[in-house]
Amino acid sequence: MSRQANPTATHGDPHASHEPVFVGETRARLQALYPKYPTKQGCLLPALWMVQEARGWISEPAINEVAEVLELTPAYVKGVVTFYTMYHTHPVGRHFIQVCTTSPCNICGAEDVVRALLDATGCGELGATSPDGRFTVIEVECLGACGFATPILIDDDFIESVTPEKVAGLLERYA
Amino acid sequence: MGYPHPSHPKETVVLSRYFGDADARTYDGWVQRGGYEGLRKALGMTREAIVEEVKASGLRGRGGAGFPTGLKWSFMPKEVVKPHYLVCNADESEPGTFKDREIMRWTPHGLIEGCAIAAHAIGAERCYIYIRGEFTEPWKVMTAAVEEAYARGALGANALGSGRRIDMVLHRGAGAYICGEETAMMNSLEGRRGNPRIKPPYPAVAGVFGVPTTVNNVETLAAVPPIITRGAAWYKSLCLGNPKSTGTKLISVCGHVQRPGNYEVTMGTPFRDILYDMAGGPKPGRTFKAIIPGGSSVPIMTREEAEAAVFDYEGIAEQGSLLGSAGCIVMDDTTDMVYQICRLARFYAHESCAQCTQCREGTAWTTRILERILAGRGKQEDFQLLLDLSENMTGKTICVLSDSCAAPVVSGIQKFRGEFEAYMTGAREPAMAAV
Repeated sequence: MSRQANPTATHGDPHASHEPVFVGETRARLQALYPKYPTKQGCLLPALWMVQEARGWISEPAINEVAEVLELTPAYVKGVVTFYTMYHTHPVGRHFIQVCTTSPCNICGAEDVVRALLDATGCGELGATSPDGRFTVIEVECLGACGFATPILIDDDFIESVTPEKVAGLLERYA
Repeated sequence: MGYPHPSHPKETVVLSRYFGDADARTYDGWVQRGGYEGLRKALGMTREAIVEEVKASGLRGRGGAGFPTGLKWSFMPKEVVKPHYLVCNADESEPGTFKDREIMRWTPHGLIEGCAIAAHAIGAERCYIYIRGEFTEPWKVMTAAVEEAYARGALGANALGSGRRIDMVLHRGAGAYICGEETAMMNSLEGRRGNPRIKPPYPAVAGVFGVPTTVNNVETLAAVPPIITRGAAWYKSLCLGNPKSTGTKLISVCGHVQRPGNYEVTMGTPFRDILYDMAGGPKPGRTFKAIIPGGSSVPIMTREEAEAAVFDYEGIAEQGSLLGSAGCIVMDDTTDMVYQICRLARFYAHESCAQCTQCREGTAWTTRILERILAGRGKQEDFQLLLDLSENMTGKTICVLSDSCAAPVVSGIQKFRGEFEAYMTGAREPAMAAV
C-alpha cells in the first residue's frame, strides 16, 4: 500500500542547481493572484501548484524559492507541502497515475485495476517508477466518482469506469 | 436529461435537470434555461429578505450536517465592518458521494448564481470556491464559466448592473479529505496545513482570514437560485409529509447496483424506490446485504433497515443511521463486511490530520486490529477493544473525523458480528497476511 511515490525512485538529480520558477510569465501569474487573497500566504497552495506544473515535483530549493517570494519561512512552506498528498516531494514518472481504491471502488474491483496497472506499466509495486521513467502508479483515497468505479487520474486526465481489460489501451496515449 | 442515465419517472429533477446537456454549461445556454433570473431578482432584494426566503424554504445544508441554511446566513453580522466572505465547499471527498462533481461539470452557472445570491445575502463581496485538487474536469468547467460570467457582467464590480460587487475566486485543493471540514478548509485557503480549528469562534464571527465567513456546500448553493426564482413555498411543498425535510436531494448511488449514478428525489421518497427502481436493484442473482446511506461516515444499515426507511433527514435517522451527504454505498451478499470496514478504517487513518490523539492513534489502532482479525488472529476480546476505542473516538476531538471512523466499526460489529467471528474461529480463510 502506498500513497506516496517511492523516494528512491528518482530519475532527476535532487541536488541539481535550481532554476527559479517564478520569473517571467509564471511570476506574472502569481502576482495576478495577490489581489485575490488578503494575505500573500493565501497564495501558497496556488504557488505550489505552479511549481509542480513547471517542474513535476517540489524540491527543497523550490520550497526555498516559494518561501522567499511569499515572505514565509522554508520550514513553514515544507510543513504545508507535506500535509497535502498531491504535492510530490521527489521526482515521479513522466505520467503519474492515481487509482482510487476506497470502499465503493474496492467492492467493484479496484484492486484488480491496480494489479493490471502495475503489470502494464512495469512499475511492479505501488509508488515505484517504471524502469523507463514513464509511469508511477499510486493508490489514492476516494476520487469522488464512486458511481463510475474505478476512476483513475493519469496526470490531469480523469478517466472513469476503468477495468483491467481497458488498462493496456488507455496507456497507449501516454508516451 | 440526466447523466449517466435518463431521469427516472420517480425522480423530481430540479438541480439535475440539465445534467448531460452540454449547452447548459455556457452563459447563453444557462440564460436560455432561465438562469441568472434568481440572481437578478435577489439583487433587487434586501439581505434580510433573501435570508427570510431561504429560511422559509426549509433548505438544509446538503454537505452532511443538515444545518438550516437560512439560519446559518442569519448569523453573519448585520453591519459589514470587516469584509465578509462566502466559501463554497467543493471539496467533495466523502466516500460514496459524487453529486457536487456533476453539478460543477454540467451546471457551473447554476452554482455561480447560487454563490452570488448567497454572497449578496451575507454581505460578502467575495466568494472562494474551494475545489478538491483531484477534480480536474470540474475545475476546467468552473474556470471557463467564471471567466464567462465576468465577461458577461454577472460578476465583478457591477454584478448584473446592480452596482453591487461580487467576485469569485476558484481555489484548488491539493489532496486532503479533511479540508472538506469547514474550519480545515479555511486554514487551507489561508495557505496553512488543513487542520480543523476549535470552535468557537464560529466562522460567522471569525472565519477565513479572521473575518466573518459562511461556508456552504455546492448542492446547497445550487438549490438557492430556484428557491429565489420560484419561491420558498414551492420549495417547501417538495416534501412527502415531513416538514423538517423539504426540497429535492441528489442521491449518489454506487457499489453493487445495476445503475449506479445520481438520482434527484423529493425528500421523503421511500429508500426502496431509490435502490430498486432508480438504481435498478441488485445485480442478477444477488441480494443486498448492507447499505451505507450518507457517505462512509454514517452507521451501516442492514437491507431490512434501508428498505423500511424513507429518504429524508429524520427518516434515515429513525432507522439508525444518518442522511449525511446522501452518498449511498450499496453492498450485496458477495461483500466481505470485515474487509470493507477495515478498508474504511484505513481511509480514516490515512486522512486523519493527526492533531488530536484520539483520532491519530484511534484510527490507526482500529485499522491494525481489523487487519489482525482479517489475518485470522482476532480474539473475542477484540470486539470490546474496538468498541472501547470507538467510544473514546466519539465526541472527544476537534472535528468529527474520528467519530466517522467509529460509526461503521460500531454498527458493523452490531449488525455483522458473525462475519468477524468467522475470521476469529477459522471458519473463514484469512483475507490478509499477518503483519
